Amino acid sequence: MTNKPIKLSGSSVNVWFGSKQVLKNINVEFPRNQVTALIGPSGCGKSTLLRSFNRMHDLSPDARIEGEFLLEQQNLYEKGLSVTEVRRRIGMVFQKANPFPKSIYENINYGLKINDVPKNERSEIIENALKESYIWDEVKDELQKPATRLSGGQQQRLCIARAVALRPEVILMDEPCSALDPLSTLKIEELIVKLKKDYTIVIVTHNMQQAQRIADKTVFMYLGEVIEAGDTHTIFHNPKNELTGNYVKGHFG
Amino acid sequence: MMRKITPVIEWGTLLLSTGMVCFFMVVILWDLISKGAPSLSWEFVSTLPRAGMTKGGILPAIIGTVLLTMITALVSVPFGISCAIYLNEYATDNWLTRTIRASIRNLSGVPSIIYGLFGLALFVQGLQMGTSMLSAGFTLGLLSLPYVIITTEEALRRIPASTREAALAVGATQFESIRDVVMPTALPGILTGVVLTLSRAAGETAPILFTGVAFYINNPAGFLNQEFMALPYHLYMLSTQHQAIEQVRPLAYGTALVLIIVVFLLNLTAFYIRYKHSKND
Repeated sequence: MTNKPIKLSGSSVNVWFGSKQVLKNINVEFPRNQVTALIGPSGCGKSTLLRSFNRMHDLSPDARIEGEFLLEQQNLYEKGLSVTEVRRRIGMVFQKANPFPKSIYENINYGLKINDVPKNERSEIIENALKESYIWDEVKDELQKPATRLSGGQQQRLCIARAVALRPEVILMDEPCSALDPLSTLKIEELIVKLKKDYTIVIVTHNMQQAQRIADKTVFMYLGEVIEAGDTHTIFHNPKNELTGNYVKGHFG
Repeated sequence: MMRKITPVIEWGTLLLSTGMVCFFMVVILWDLISKGAPSLSWEFVSTLPRAGMTKGGILPAIIGTVLLTMITALVSVPFGISCAIYLNEYATDNWLTRTIRASIRNLSGVPSIIYGLFGLALFVQGLQMGTSMLSAGFTLGLLSLPYVIITTEEALRRIPASTREAALAVGATQFESIRDVVMPTALPGILTGVVLTLSRAAGETAPILFTGVAFYINNPAGFLNQEFMALPYHLYMLSTQHQAIEQVRPLAYGTALVLIIVVFLLNLTAFYIRYKHSKND
């Protein structure tokens, strides 16, 4: 497997919530145009790590974050760098589909509006984003319908469209399929694999099969530490660490 | 045997309680409507009182109550909603926030007559506004403030964190996420709380007693710097203080019915907002 250049990385990452340390000296790298899966038992800090990259902890007063987070050469926590700029370059899709309580069109338009995309370019971008997320054919005739009336799987693809409309470089996904039925999950997985052509994707998942189906790289975390990271195939079939082996075989979780 | 009887007793007790509540409501409404309806007429709601209140209508009291409610809204709604946004969205959970929140909850339990005295001291005397529509409206505004804050905060708290994060994740600032996503989503809940609070304020007597209400004014209603008539106080005077109590009793019932109708209309607005929202969801 060829080694792609590193797009996003975190080194010596430590995160505390109050007095509890939830991430301990983490070093991770996410290669460009690849899907990297973060796996590990509940509460091991996968989501916390993911959300550190687009600075979603900024508004939690009890969160304390240490370490260096780099998007290519850009330090994401640099003084003077606006958090909205970080989030434009690093998009996010959440565990539970969270469309705005607005129309389908307005759901994507909103991000463009607040990022000052000129008005006359927006409808084309919206159409492309919906096509890119494989939901265009299902919604093209009812763009003014409230997004909340879509099915769960459609809502989640709309949320992906909302993220890609801003042309981010990285898309963070926090268990995007955990609330979906198998068929919707399959559609999202296909979508993720297609999206990696243009984006770098980091996905948190509890589903071992999913990680093997879509991820090029896998990072196994346990109790706030990275235990092992590498090619997905190696992690699942030739893990160096016994803990990793036990986890991917489903002995604990 | 006991297992068969117990559910019947439980069910019976609950039904009886519900029945009693409904019974009294029906009795009150029936009493009001049967005795008040005969005095309702276009003339009653559109003309001034005549012949020492024994004849004529209650137009100035209706205008007074409506204007008073509007001033109450102007005072309590902007400050109340802003305060709730600060408490729920911005304030960190520390002793100061907790103290503010506890104070607001305590304020909502203060008897309304105390607000009346406070209004008298602050607006009427302290700020030299005299007994006037403005003094009374400000007093009712202060009375309504804690309710507006509490109901708005409830409505904001019901918006899940994921909705806020959705806006933040596409690059919205915290303020933008509140303005564009959180507030529109919470609006039906906020409006319902506001309308119910105002309908309660519209029926208050004690806070306006010392601050501006009058039994009778002979100039047209609607001057903010003058005393005014209001439905609840008018009702109180007609039913207890008038020198020809028996003669004005039908008018008192008519006034009560109009007051109930005004409050009912406000409540209906709240239900309508709720209903429309639940359909759009």
